[in-house]
Amino acid sequence: MLAPSSAEAPVAVERLVKVYKTVTAVDGISFALTPGSCTALLGGNGAGKTTTISTIMGLVEPTSGRVTVLGAAMPRQRHLVLHRMNFESPYVNMPMRLSVRQNLTVFGMLYGCPDVAGRIRALSQQLDLDEFLDRQTGKLSAGQKTRVALAKSLVNEPEILLLDEPTASLDPDTADWVRGRLERYRQERGATVLLASHNMSEVERLCDRVIMLKAGRIEDDDTPARLIDRYGRSNLEEVFLDIARGTGEAREAAQ
Amino acid sequence: MSVQAPAHVALSARRMFAMVLRHWYLLKSSWPRVFDLMYWPAVQMLMWGFLQIYVAQNSGFFARAAGTFIAAVMLWDILFRGQLGFSISFLEEMYARNMGNLMMSPLRPVEFVAALMIISVIRLSIGMVPVSLLAIWFFGFNLWGLGLALPVFFLNLFLTSWAVAIVVAGLLLRNGLGAESLAWGIMFMVLPLTCVYYPVAVLPDWLQAFAWMLPPTYVFEGMRALIIDRVFRADLMLQSFALNAVLMAAAVAGFLTLLKSARREGTLLQGGD
Repeated sequence: MLAPSSAEAPVAVERLVKVYKTVTAVDGISFALTPGSCTALLGGNGAGKTTTISTIMGLVEPTSGRVTVLGAAMPRQRHLVLHRMNFESPYVNMPMRLSVRQNLTVFGMLYGCPDVAGRIRALSQQLDLDEFLDRQTGKLSAGQKTRVALAKSLVNEPEILLLDEPTASLDPDTADWVRGRLERYRQERGATVLLASHNMSEVERLCDRVIMLKAGRIEDDDTPARLIDRYGRSNLEEVFLDIARGTGEAREAAQ
Repeated sequence: MSVQAPAHVALSARRMFAMVLRHWYLLKSSWPRVFDLMYWPAVQMLMWGFLQIYVAQNSGFFARAAGTFIAAVMLWDILFRGQLGFSISFLEEMYARNMGNLMMSPLRPVEFVAALMIISVIRLSIGMVPVSLLAIWFFGFNLWGLGLALPVFFLNLFLTSWAVAIVVAGLLLRNGLGAESLAWGIMFMVLPLTCVYYPVAVLPDWLQAFAWMLPPTYVFEGMRALIIDRVFRADLMLQSFALNAVLMAAAVAGFLTLLKSARREGTLLQGGD
């Protein structure tokens, strides 16, 4: 996989190691994202995806190695770049008692939007929030909450968007709608997207690169099509299973 | 790829205001939260007010010292509810599972802390202003009649309450909701030593040394001097300020250390027990 140099990459991870007491969550991984690309971080539970993304967000301090985002070393220089990135995860909520408009107002201000009301209007049109903009966030359906979370993640028009299972627990129709909006945002803004997901069809549709993690290490790194071809499989899910189970095909393909 | 202009690095009043607004929206949307802010201060004030009347009727000294109990309980409420207002607002973010959003946003820890300080003043005002008016109506005790001493007492008590709350916030970040009970009960640890309802001289000699290490002790002694002897003890207030400055510096250093430790241990996104 041809990757940009660390200096040019919007996100660069170099020999990242993270050890929690005696558990090694990430074990010396390196990768750099191409500007405007969409990369998936795949792996089973405990593979190191969340730790890697948390380190990129500046929420976790590396044990060793280096993570830079838009040239800033994380987490030490995070305040230089946090306003240029954003994230979305179903495992982090927005205040439930606040209305959608109130939540977006607060986050718009936190992210330094110059015209918060105008930005909310634009997001409301793009993400179809109009009908529930003044309803309490906690009273929305799962699909509506995801749209609100997506609006929050786009409130500052981020150059880097980190997504942790953005369509988890959504019905296929809503999930497809969310993917469509993410694709459109990336194309229009030229944003760099890093996505952790267990949904392989989602990864095949959205991502031009897949980094396969296993036990904190990178097992493989390529485009979805080349991975499928190299492993002799018909889809990414089968490749994922080969790698997760460490079958003979996976070992041969990786070599 | 280069990092952007340092304008975003400076402390931002707008981000602090955003956090104040977030908690204002929360209070506006929830009458039980607002009711809770007034309920306990009112109950405490009434209980101690009636006790004061009873004691004053049976003691010449307390007849002369009218108002000390009510003043003490109201100043104690400033200390306790100042800390609680800060800590509860912090806990609200953990209950809402919103901490990850905030920690990932450009909001700086110092801005977050400053916003929580402002919110604690707003929360205390919602509770204490009506209760102070109730005290005038019920017992003829006018807290506002303490004059210029009141803001000095107020500031000293708030500085202590914030310092304690900042350490609690750090512990919550580091240890998750397992440290929640500290938020509710930590101030009661110092209640006997700060001599809210009795003079420091009542304590055994060896305990008095510990009492004088706590900034609120000077405020409560100063309050009694003002009400009983009609003397404003500036010396006590200055000592309280000095101790508060040390306490606040230690609290901020402790908070930053705990925050760094939370980043190392990866607990910022968890918030569980």
